[in-house]
Amino acid sequence: MGKDPIISIRGAVYSYKGAPSPALCGADLEVLPGEWVALLGANGSGKSTLAKICNALLEPTQGDCFSLSMDCRDPACVPLIRQGAALVFQNPDDQIVASIVEEDVAFGPENLGLTSGEIRRRVDRALELTGLSEHRRRGSHSLSGGQKQRLALAGALALEPKVLILDEATSMLDPEGRAALLECLRELNASGMTLIQITHIMEDIARAGRIAVMQSGRIVWDGLPADFWRGEYLRFGFDEPGELALYRELISRKMIPEGTRPIAEDMAEALCL
Amino acid sequence: MKFAGGFSIGQFIPGESFVHSLDPRCKIAAAFVLLGGLFASSSPPDFIPWILCLAACSRASRIRFSSVLRSGRPVLFLIVFTVALNLFWTPGREIFRLGFLRVTQEGLAAALSMGLRLYLLVMFAAMLMMTTSPMSFSDGLERLMSPLRRLRFPVSEMAMMMTIALRFIPTLFEETDRILKAQISRGADFESGGILKRTRAFIPVLVPLFVLVFARAENLATAMESRCYVPGAPRTRLNPLEWSRRDTAALVCSAVFVIFSLLWNRHAAAAISSFVTWPV
Ligand SMILES: Nc1ncnc2c1ncn2[C@@H]1O[C@H](COP(=O)(O)OP(=O)(O)OP(=O)(O)O)[C@@H](O)[C@H]1O
Ligand SMILES: [Mg+2]
Repeated sequence: MGKDPIISIRGAVYSYKGAPSPALCGADLEVLPGEWVALLGANGSGKSTLAKICNALLEPTQGDCFSLSMDCRDPACVPLIRQGAALVFQNPDDQIVASIVEEDVAFGPENLGLTSGEIRRRVDRALELTGLSEHRRRGSHSLSGGQKQRLALAGALALEPKVLILDEATSMLDPEGRAALLECLRELNASGMTLIQITHIMEDIARAGRIAVMQSGRIVWDGLPADFWRGEYLRFGFDEPGELALYRELISRKMIPEGTRPIAEDMAEALCL
Repeated sequence: MKFAGGFSIGQFIPGESFVHSLDPRCKIAAAFVLLGGLFASSSPPDFIPWILCLAACSRASRIRFSSVLRSGRPVLFLIVFTVALNLFWTPGREIFRLGFLRVTQEGLAAALSMGLRLYLLVMFAAMLMMTTSPMSFSDGLERLMSPLRRLRFPVSEMAMMMTIALRFIPTLFEETDRILKAQISRGADFESGGILKRTRAFIPVLVPLFVLVFARAENLATAMESRCYVPGAPRTRLNPLEWSRRDTAALVCSAVFVIFSLLWNRHAAAAISSFVTWPV
């Protein structure tokens, strides 16, 4: 132990104005530095709301929220939290501010008041990480859906956050784009970035180091993927992709060791050993 | 049916040309100087140097002259209307008669110069927008308007609004196109019937469009906030504006051109006008 959580939410309650029931009713989540957490849950279970609270976009009506050991309620901390725990939303068209790719990536750092040399360095790095370097001078509206999502990610990475929160930010990517992005996320995570990924996609979930499930405004399950794959997911109504059925069969026949991830490559590797 | 296509006057075309590299303040100021000169021109031969000037600008920005000319399409209706009005309703020496419509010598000259002036005006504005990225355009405007800050005018906020509006023009047209296609596939008819019927057919397009715009605006505001934007707070720039000697040179050139064009109007154009006898 010894590590302090980088994000710590305790008993957060939040209701939108005019909504009949609260979107969050007592959500608890602690994330340690360097973790990769997949946040799952049905539509309307409050995942996006929780993400916005972590980013200090919303202030919980009750409960506490600390991001990077700073209180989200303290106005002086809000800019630091937004920079340190960057958020990427689902629809890239709603996040792209500028007409040119590199100008859009620069938007965040420009708001931080950095020098133009430092802004350029961050823009170059973020474009490289997301594989958009060759498109830097293009019009942002002329990119494809998947490229736009990578642009949105680059915009968040240019803030050089410690925590990256992805709110279904990979939904428009094709398998190849997704694989490239997951590789990029893996590198970021390996270099110490904490990831919170809201997703419905099996591949994304399988790569996380920890899984949290939300249901009607609460975190109802939080644990290791191995436990999740052992059957928890059925309880929460996730359907079983073919890959998982095979995985369960292999585990029950003790053909692959427990703790193998339900990803095709990992299973194949375990079988060959 | 492509509704979107060429609806905004001059969309930015990224490039590395001389005009692209000029400071936006220089380009905005030069545009104003040129537009002033354009308004001082009135007879058809006055516009000869202007057409050449436009061609030169298009050359210096490496944008094909044909695309510059095409960018006036959205206002073509307005221009045709003005031309027709001048052509048929200017009293003077009659050239020929088409039913109750009289075309006069003066009318022909007025229509020609009015049409040319309007079209050139749009072209020069389009050149400015085609060679200046929305971000640097609004940066330039912000800097030019910064004295207004003393009067508590929210200059930076206005500039940011402009950046976003310009950024969303293509998106909006794409959305309109999408909604139109969806409506057409459900049997909507936008191409037959009178003006009233056709206008009415557009209502089911406008309603979802407005809903979309407001939802967009809200989401965008949230996203900007999450990227540390604070309205009115000082920001730095990836490409800070730098006034260089070539900007001064370009601005001086435009001023010299305007003076030249005024002299041309006084002498050369007058000579041409007296030389060319209009068909009677
Ligand atoms: N701006 C809003 N105003 C009112 N109610 C809202 C607003 N945004 C979300 N809600 C409500 O809050 C609840 C939680 O929404 P939230 O967006 O957090 O869900 P989610 O888990 O992200 O769902 P999804 O998987 O569809 O993205 C929902 O019942 C939703 O209807
Ligand atoms: Mg959501």
